[in-house]
Amino acid sequence: MALREPLQRLGHSMTERILRLGFAARFFAYMLLHSGTALRRFHLTIREIYFAGVLSLIIILVSGLFVGMVLALQGYETLQRYGSSEALGILVALSLVRELGPVVAGLLFASRAGSAITAEIGLMKATEQIAAMEMMAVDPIARVVAPRFWAGVISMPLLAVLFSAMGIFGGYLVGVQLIGVDEGAFWSQMQAKVDFRNDILNGVIKSVVFGVAVTWIAVFEGYDAQPTAEGVSSATTRTVVTSSLAILALDFVLTALMFTGGNAG
Amino acid sequence: MSQPPIVDIDRVSFGYDVARPVLHDVTVRMPQGKVFAIMGQSGCGKTTLLRIIGGALRPTSGTARVLGMDVASLDTGELYALRRKMGMLFQFGALFTDLSVYDNVAFPLREHTDLPAGVIRDLVLLKLEAVGLRGAAQLKPSELSGGMARRVALARAIALDPKLIMYDEPFTALDPISLGVVTRLIRRLNDSLGATSIVVTHDVAETLPFVDHVFFMADGRVVAEGPPAEVVRAQVPFVTQFVHGSLDGAVPFHFPAPAYPADLGLDAKA
Repeated sequence: MALREPLQRLGHSMTERILRLGFAARFFAYMLLHSGTALRRFHLTIREIYFAGVLSLIIILVSGLFVGMVLALQGYETLQRYGSSEALGILVALSLVRELGPVVAGLLFASRAGSAITAEIGLMKATEQIAAMEMMAVDPIARVVAPRFWAGVISMPLLAVLFSAMGIFGGYLVGVQLIGVDEGAFWSQMQAKVDFRNDILNGVIKSVVFGVAVTWIAVFEGYDAQPTAEGVSSATTRTVVTSSLAILALDFVLTALMFTGGNAG
Repeated sequence: MSQPPIVDIDRVSFGYDVARPVLHDVTVRMPQGKVFAIMGQSGCGKTTLLRIIGGALRPTSGTARVLGMDVASLDTGELYALRRKMGMLFQFGALFTDLSVYDNVAFPLREHTDLPAGVIRDLVLLKLEAVGLRGAAQLKPSELSGGMARRVALARAIALDPKLIMYDEPFTALDPISLGVVTRLIRRLNDSLGATSIVVTHDVAETLPFVDHVFFMADGRVVAEGPPAEVVRAQVPFVTQFVHGSLDGAVPFHFPAPAYPADLGLDAKA
């Protein structure tokens, strides 16, 4: 009998979570079906690309630069033990293009843009702007949510590509300019070994998947937030935590699908 | 034969859950062209009634007909078509904070019409002139006072010349000057548009002088209705207490509790 109450609470909590997941799935389907406005009146989406993408550029570029620089330092340290320091360019490029670019850019995007999207939609709800829109016979999912979703989906791969490019530049600065690895070997080996379809394209596909996941979570949490200061704060936290975990879990699944067996670089 | 009412609420009941009904058997009829007030204490169900009229909630039982349509039977498209004939002013204005005053008022026009930019500009300036804020067109909502924000929201609510205008607590947190301006605007805009207005409020002194008809609500029921002067004269206990702000009466001062001496343990000592 002592177990009954905790079990009831566990069951209730699980039921709530499953219901919420179902609601999130229906929300996603509804949003896709009502994306006409976001795509037809594309200036609405472009405006959101500015807020989600352009304003995330600084953090993405600076982080990319430092990650690339650290990769070069660590990579050189290991490679020189085996006399393969010329392979530094390949190591930096493959690490960034396949993994670190999409994943780290995704995590930064979730923290910078995802949280902002959730907070903005949540506050619009708390200040009755969403209700006002509905009373004006304007569907808020079509007018507010869908443009933000598509902006996130478009911005994310572009940010990941820029992150990787900046990281490679950081690797070049440290590896070639600072440590003295041969410049010709650095670039030519990278050019020869990095495959467009298997490496670059798969990295871009990963970042598109992360963009869908992060932005879906962000818009849903904002739309579903309790219309109070505490509710918006909790929703913003949930966006960052859930998005980050989703990125890491999806990365494992996508890596297993893309880079195992014959596909490996 | 007289015209059918713009709003016809017939024996409507509603509850967010079965155990706690908010409205009980409410019947309200509002003919065209008048300004109505729905008054009562906080939590008496007046905003819920307004949300039913706006189609945001569906009654548990009874029918709610607005502009001739049964709102509970409408699908989303039909409901949105009905809402294009309505305007609503929210408690704190609910202006879109990322848009200027001009763009806020232009919002419903841009969403629902294909009018050229020049015509939209003329209409927006006309609406802003009506509320005395043409000069504030380029300001952001964060630069407005509470009263100005309410007036901009009013200009936005009438942008499409609605037949029914709803006001949810429009006088909350307004200074006396803004309050006087908003009450006059509600009356003047209603008369000039030939619309019907519903004001949900608990501000007695500001509301009763300018409305044509008032509904007093208590515990989810309409307890009195009629022209303000008649209702006040009728000496309904709740209305008398509400209008005069009396400490005790139909709504008791004390929340139900055991006898005070018993709570203090005085009975046992005696």
